[in-house]
Amino acid sequence: MSHLDELESHSIYLLREAYHAFGKVGMLWSMGKDSNVLLWLAKKSFTGHIPFPVIHVDTTYEFPEMLEFRAWAQQHYGLELIVHINTEARARGIGYETTDPVTVTHELKSVALQQVLGLHKFDALITGIRRDEDSTRAKERYFSPRNAEFEWDYKDQPPEFWNHFTTEVGPGEHVRVQPLLDWTEIDIWRYCDREKIPLPGMYFARNGRRFRSLGCMPITKDVPSTATTIDQIIEELKVTRTSERAGRAQDHHERNAMQKLRAKGFM
Amino acid sequence: MSAPHDHLYLVVVGHVDHGKSTLIGRLLFDTNSVPDGKKERIEAACKAEGMEFEYAFLMDALLEEQAQNITMDTTRVPFRTPRRQFTIIDAPGHKEFLKNMITGAASADAAILIVDANEGLREQTRRHGYLLSLLGLKQVVVAVNKMDLVGYDEKIFARIRAELTEFLGKLHVTASHFVPIAAKHGEGLVHVSTHTPWYHGPALLEALEQFRATPPIAGAPLRLTVQDIYRFDARRIVAGLVEAGSVSIGDPIEFSPGGKRSRVKTIETWPAANMSGPVGAGLPVAITLDDELFVERGQIGAPPSALPTEAREFTGRVFWLHAEPLRVGDTLPLRLGTQEADARLVAVSRVLDAVTLDASLAPATEVKRHEVAELRLRVRRPIAFDAGGKIPALGRFVLMRGRRIAGGGVIDSAVQPDAGRDDTLPVTPASRTTLLGHRGAVIWLTGLSGAGKSTLSTALEQRLFRAGILPAVVDGDVLRAGLCQGLGFSDTDRKENIRRAAEAALLLAEAGAVVITALISPFRADRQLVAELCRVRGVPFAEVFVNAPLAECERRDPKQLYVRARAGQIPKFTGIDSPYEPPLAPTLELRTDLEPVEQSLEKLFTLAATLARESDQLFADSGSDI
Repeated sequence: MSHLDELESHSIYLLREAYHAFGKVGMLWSMGKDSNVLLWLAKKSFTGHIPFPVIHVDTTYEFPEMLEFRAWAQQHYGLELIVHINTEARARGIGYETTDPVTVTHELKSVALQQVLGLHKFDALITGIRRDEDSTRAKERYFSPRNAEFEWDYKDQPPEFWNHFTTEVGPGEHVRVQPLLDWTEIDIWRYCDREKIPLPGMYFARNGRRFRSLGCMPITKDVPSTATTIDQIIEELKVTRTSERAGRAQDHHERNAMQKLRAKGFM
Repeated sequence: MSAPHDHLYLVVVGHVDHGKSTLIGRLLFDTNSVPDGKKERIEAACKAEGMEFEYAFLMDALLEEQAQNITMDTTRVPFRTPRRQFTIIDAPGHKEFLKNMITGAASADAAILIVDANEGLREQTRRHGYLLSLLGLKQVVVAVNKMDLVGYDEKIFARIRAELTEFLGKLHVTASHFVPIAAKHGEGLVHVSTHTPWYHGPALLEALEQFRATPPIAGAPLRLTVQDIYRFDARRIVAGLVEAGSVSIGDPIEFSPGGKRSRVKTIETWPAANMSGPVGAGLPVAITLDDELFVERGQIGAPPSALPTEAREFTGRVFWLHAEPLRVGDTLPLRLGTQEADARLVAVSRVLDAVTLDASLAPATEVKRHEVAELRLRVRRPIAFDAGGKIPALGRFVLMRGRRIAGGGVIDSAVQPDAGRDDTLPVTPASRTTLLGHRGAVIWLTGLSGAGKSTLSTALEQRLFRAGILPAVVDGDVLRAGLCQGLGFSDTDRKENIRRAAEAALLLAEAGAVVITALISPFRADRQLVAELCRVRGVPFAEVFVNAPLAECERRDPKQLYVRARAGQIPKFTGIDSPYEPPLAPTLELRTDLEPVEQSLEKLFTLAATLARESDQLFADSGSDI
């Protein structure tokens, strides 16, 4: 059994446990590479079905090419897709043109997520975060409870071992189920390659640049690259000395920005 | 075994401040695993807060950790050497964070136990050593840190090695190497320190590269943990994990507990076409069976020739993490694989001091937080497991308190119900309860003909049986064909019919069965008599009003009795020319005209299971039979 087989097996175990344990499960989908691996694993877990809705929190600052991919994938996979926008915040004028990126991320992603959660009464949200993306994500559990205020109590997380997880929540609370925690960026690429998972073209180099991580248009920067195939991307990553989310401005706006965002409900 | 995918999960344990985070930070730095700028950023942050730079900060991301200088939670960080991919699981050493250490260490392949050369073995050095052995981690390397503070003294190193070797030996753990290091200065990690010429073993990284990733168990019989049953189309797909062995199309398979047997018909896969197998250990699987068996989550699929043990009682060792102690008599949900059942702590044979390994000689009555104990647990219905570490995943369990995992443990051996019992003792209601795991009860269904009594009684019988509760049905029609032959439908005969039904139900209930009666039993006074009989005999009783309006019953008329009664062919038919007196205060009323049968059944099942199990007498004999 290869390392990818082990990662895949454990992720499938987690997805099946989540689907069994919770009454209303939703899966977050950003159309990014991790999200698409998550879709793929769900299909495998449930023998070709995705028995829960897939949620895209749309900030209205999405790359047009990602929206095209969204429409294509919805059709291709037969997704039950929920697209949610925090229209209230946009109406108040919250946007990258006027506001700092941490506030915008909080309003258009975390608050939007809270809205969609309340609207559909989800008690479990499947996310595609990975431990190697960020040091606060490194401390996450596979099943990570959030209180009714959406807060993450990272100082007192429940124990989790031997494939036993937090599978009950109180009123208004929910659990983040995070099947990709153990995967690294390179694992994701190797798996996409092995499984031939469809991905947005923006990950591959055009005119000497490519996107390594995809977020909102105004605050996501591409990186110099000549990698036009997954093999070339992996070779690049093996020698890179910068972090994956270096091109995501909201993470670096101030010291501990990610920790502050995540404690308040960001993925 | 050093295939490229041989990825090693590594935990670092040891006493607080003995240098775990520094060691990890330095390992990351020295293997070029720290992204550009991260060290500089942390240096700047330290300067801003007036702190000295520490390698530990490469790991400790959260504000609180930097402020208090302790790692708060389990962290996983990958790093690689030219020969190996590693993931470090950083488990903190502060005493109150033991849960995080367990959370991390339980999934590791190998461990670094770090000891401060200056301080020597401390409480958590020993406690963590003990937990490593309980968690089944046998690959351990000891890093003797801060050698610079003791002048790289060989004698101090040798003393720590001797002391720790003896301690670990008692736990059947053998450290592969003891490596002298000074993590802060990067000495002994990639290369052996020039200050320790007396040391001839490998540097720490070399020692780590010698470990093996824990391979899935080979050669063991199939153990398929059932996670769920999917019905995306007309078929029932059994989804789960192959914990051991392998599964192929055509294999005979039996599901424990319960013992239902079939053959594997298909193996469902996506996106590839279905396969014939084998699907090996460690892989997820989804199968269909030759027969439409009722398989459920929690069961374990195995070859009929090599089934797991099925028992309701076992001995084992646990570690306790919850602030509230585990006390003899406590009943808590136990989870083993995907099985869940309430377990009662019957006895604590001894509590071990994980630091000195001294055992308390007298049996204890509770296990406190961070203690380790040998104990005996009894589960309310049989569970399937493999004891003694043969198949680790099926021999370990957790206990829940509230929504949290409160402790974990391993099963050492099953206790068979009759072991050590005196067979001259009389059979008592209590000993029957012990044998069955529940007590008898009478669930008395009353209602018009056609209201749904027979349907519900049969369905409840199946539901109870599956839940491990012994059911029995006393059906009016069956009685009238046998025990009550010759009785008619006069008020006196009806009364006698009910009395006999009650006596039959009581005999069965006293033998331990949960009895479901399905009789019209139209008269209040008769039903009160039954309730009184049960009360006198000490058998729990519930009156259930199976209620559908006469018009609905007449519309259903499954046995065409109403048609015949209306035609005058059946005299004194209840509802037509004989009254039905509805219960005034039934234990439960089921409107079978308003809700689907599944909903009524669940209510009925909850009532029956509660009556059978929630009893202060349930374990009343535990003092005598243990």
